[in-house]
Amino acid sequence: MLLLTCPFCGPRDESEFAHGGYARKQRPDNPQMMSDDAWVDYLTVPDNPMGPVREKWWHVRGCGTYFTVERDTRTHDITDEGESHAS
Amino acid sequence: MPASARRLPTGGIIDRSKSIGFRFNGKSYSGFAGDTLASALIANGVSLTARSFKYHRPRGIVGAGHEEPGSLVELVGDEQSANQPITTVRLRDGLDARSVNCWPSPHFDLMGINQLFSRFIPAAFYYKTFMWPNWHLFEPHIRRAAGLASAPDALLHQGLYETRHGHCDILVVGAGPAGLTAALAAARAGARVMLVDDQMQAGGSLSGLAENLDGRHALQWVDDVVAELDALANVVRLRSATAWAYREHNLIMVTERAPDEDHVFQRTWRVRARQVIIATGAIERAMVFADNDRPGIMMASAAQIYVNRYAVAPGQRAVVFTNNNSAYRVAAEMKAAGIEVAAIIDSRTDIDDAARSLAAGIEICQGQVVSRSEGRRRVKAAVIRSAAGGSERRIACDLLVMSGGWNPAVHLFSQSRGSLRYDTGIEAFVPDRAVQACLCAGSASGLFTLSGAIEDGAEKARLALRACGLDSPNAKLPTTVSELPYTIEALWHVEQDNPAAKSFVDIQNDVTLNDVHLAMREGFGAVEHVKRYTTAGMGIDQGKTGNINVIGAIANRAGQDLQDIGTTTFRSPYVPIEFGAIGGQREGPVVLPYRHTPITDWHRQAGAEMYEAGARWRRPGYYPLKGESFQQTVDRESLAVREGVGVYDGAPLGKFEIKGPDAGKFLDLLYTNVFSTLKTGMGRYGLMLTDDGIILDDGVSFKLGDNHFLMSTSTGHADEVNRHMEHVLQIERPQWQVMITTVTTQWANATVCGPKARQLVEKLCTDIDLSAEAFPFMAMREGTVAGIAARICRVSFTGELSFEINVAARHFAKLWDKIMEAGGPMGIVPVGSEANHVLRVEKGFLSLGHEADGTTDAYDLGMGWIMSKKKPDYIGKRSVEIRRAKDRPRRELVGLLIDDPARLVTEGAPVTPEGRRQASEGLVTACVHSVALKRSVALALLEDGRARIGQKAHIRMKDDVVSAEITAPCFYDPDGERLRS
Ligand SMILES: [Zn+2]
Repeated sequence: MLLLTCPFCGPRDESEFAHGGYARKQRPDNPQMMSDDAWVDYLTVPDNPMGPVREKWWHVRGCGTYFTVERDTRTHDITDEGESHAS
Repeated sequence: MPASARRLPTGGIIDRSKSIGFRFNGKSYSGFAGDTLASALIANGVSLTARSFKYHRPRGIVGAGHEEPGSLVELVGDEQSANQPITTVRLRDGLDARSVNCWPSPHFDLMGINQLFSRFIPAAFYYKTFMWPNWHLFEPHIRRAAGLASAPDALLHQGLYETRHGHCDILVVGAGPAGLTAALAAARAGARVMLVDDQMQAGGSLSGLAENLDGRHALQWVDDVVAELDALANVVRLRSATAWAYREHNLIMVTERAPDEDHVFQRTWRVRARQVIIATGAIERAMVFADNDRPGIMMASAAQIYVNRYAVAPGQRAVVFTNNNSAYRVAAEMKAAGIEVAAIIDSRTDIDDAARSLAAGIEICQGQVVSRSEGRRRVKAAVIRSAAGGSERRIACDLLVMSGGWNPAVHLFSQSRGSLRYDTGIEAFVPDRAVQACLCAGSASGLFTLSGAIEDGAEKARLALRACGLDSPNAKLPTTVSELPYTIEALWHVEQDNPAAKSFVDIQNDVTLNDVHLAMREGFGAVEHVKRYTTAGMGIDQGKTGNINVIGAIANRAGQDLQDIGTTTFRSPYVPIEFGAIGGQREGPVVLPYRHTPITDWHRQAGAEMYEAGARWRRPGYYPLKGESFQQTVDRESLAVREGVGVYDGAPLGKFEIKGPDAGKFLDLLYTNVFSTLKTGMGRYGLMLTDDGIILDDGVSFKLGDNHFLMSTSTGHADEVNRHMEHVLQIERPQWQVMITTVTTQWANATVCGPKARQLVEKLCTDIDLSAEAFPFMAMREGTVAGIAARICRVSFTGELSFEINVAARHFAKLWDKIMEAGGPMGIVPVGSEANHVLRVEKGFLSLGHEADGTTDAYDLGMGWIMSKKKPDYIGKRSVEIRRAKDRPRRELVGLLIDDPARLVTEGAPVTPEGRRQASEGLVTACVHSVALKRSVALALLEDGRARIGQKAHIRMKDDVVSAEITAPCFYDPDGERLRS
């Protein structure tokens, strides 16, 4: 069970959060202008590194904030506490 | 043998005034309070306590704690549980235990025949058997022969499993001399301290030693420390509590086996600590020689504990076999307790004088080894010879105690990802670099003397306190008497004189030296491979006793250093932990509580069958009258809506208020169609996709005012829609100004539906013009109903004229009563979710999870009109376009009229070409008895279905094939005149 630091509430157990997926590039403003390949790539091909990965967490049983952290998939070490997006 | 046969006349930490009766393998015995099952059995002269895992060899008690590799028991009766080391089961009244692996008993064990066939059960037997010729031929026999205890078939114990969270500055694991010293220093410094120890009584190794501290018995020092700790408010001390896993971010799992509260059977703590001090002590290693597993062969430290702590003599004439100094003290203490010590067999070439003088009066055989043991169900003699080989000498004994040296208990440290280093000074792996915030103290860090452990405990407390920003007060440490230094010459195994002999490196898993050599010959030489090939160190042993002897055996054979071979992974749990202890009370409805509407009591009193209908909401399924069948009830309720008036409880409907300057833009991004053009007071049905083009939800949103919308979602998907919206807003469009408020439980609604719905609502609502002209379909009006402020929405999920009356949840029961009262003369009927289902299927209305099943898109469902052509973008648009550009046939929504009008088919039943047994071309998504058509109707997803309307489809049922006519997916009022009326 990870210890995650919500930018609003502080350090809390993982059980208060829901995983929000990989932190990929922000959704493009106009997907119509993208090639099929570029869109499919954006949508379905996240990095899957053995090492630090940026991912989103949602403090669903808390304040409701989504935030991004950098977690090492080998060790669970949080290498960057990240910050809220909504601020 | 009488109960007192092996009990020493004095000593021990047992209460001789409290006699306790217990049963073991069906026989009655008695022991004393303070005994374990193991010590009580020794006191009763029981030496054969188990049969081994694979060969079913007779086994006895080998250890005195969690490391016990020889004897596992299962408890029967009220405390039913499996695979408990015999040495950790506390004696209590009525205890009833039996050995595992024995069928039917350890004395008459039918599986013992495996011993005769043991040359056919080599290392990797399982893997080889999986391959040839057919695992299933062997499986039943193997499962019976090699399984551990059976799983309990019922929960019989008293009390609950409980889980709790713990938070502290410093967690100290182990209340031995190092742990107590550390905990006391940390507590005095004002840190929040948790001290957990797996024994009932604190003291750790001191409980088994005849030791002095500050000039008095060490246990008096222990009592003083414990009393001081227990008096401090910043200390939580747990007894019988094993720390069994060290997880990420300094989370330690601890299970209390005997909490103080009667109603709690076991309690598991998830402890998050800023600093952890691991003071888990050390575990003695066995000696590897031929037939080193006979009952009566025991760890030296275990014999010491039985003598000192439990005042029992595990034998009458002992031989000690050692390669280090620690066993000399054991020999001396056994002798002092009246056990004849025939000889100390010491494999070392050099023995220091201090050790010799401690064992004064005992024969010391220097440079000698025990080459094998003799006996059948109990050891009768040790056969010794020079380490290099040569002539043998037989020494009669009924107890052979062995010490192959000591391993720091590095399990938790290793689980924390700390690295280990091989220390040639003590011939053991010791903690090296920590990765998480933890420190090892005392013998867990390789300091095997009492004074060393105490000093180390104080030092590690100082370091942990400093890391927490606290100063450590100076304190005088207890003084120890002079101790024997720890010296050792490694002996990983004795060379076998008989090549076929069994020298066990892992007693619990029945792994022999030959197995290790076989694995290496067959190419599995790396330590992790040897472990998997032989199963050494697996299961509940997890490398406590066997691991390092395996590593030593590999090193000897391969001519490598132990450091280069390394250890296998130490896995959690450190000791067997019951699933119940991990789950606690998180089972059944506690995991995810049910949701109830404000009028659940009314539904129950009206005789409703209540069940879950999405997202844990308990809803009325139908309201049977006396003597009615299920179908009669559903028909009656459905018919009431089609011909008169019905009302249903729509409280669970997902509802969100969406506010802000960008609210319209936000809805336009979320839904496939346009919402920003809505006029205030009007609503629109929308379809929401995810960006991969899958239908996420559908529902109606109303515009309440400028920049203010009320969105409704399907009951089952409200939580997911909430997550989706927050995700879009916070991550994809953080610059947009929109606030989402969940109002599902703020607004409850009663939906009055049927041709007489307007007539009914008019009786209760006078301040809104309810006429179709003034209040059209898809409009919303605010006013009062039965004197209650209400929002009325003209939506319809049944295909009939409907008024969805939303009021504050606290007024809902009153509203409902008023509706039932006013509707009484009109024959109003409460309608459950079953009738709702019938009505929506008649209309061909979409149901998430039925027609929208994660594969279909709006075009498949005949709703291409909802996919806006005007908007350049909305979530899901791009993916749907890409998918539809591919020319694959799609499954499309159609209706089915089954040829036999009385026949119902199962939801999910496959549709195949001509009903043949082959890949399906579709499936039935819903099938009901239609009250409008007075026959069965079904909806289905069918390949190219719309082009096939008028043709036949064939549904494969379990016993037959059902044919049906393909129709448009709407069986009733296709133009929607009734719902607009
Ligand atoms: Zn938060």
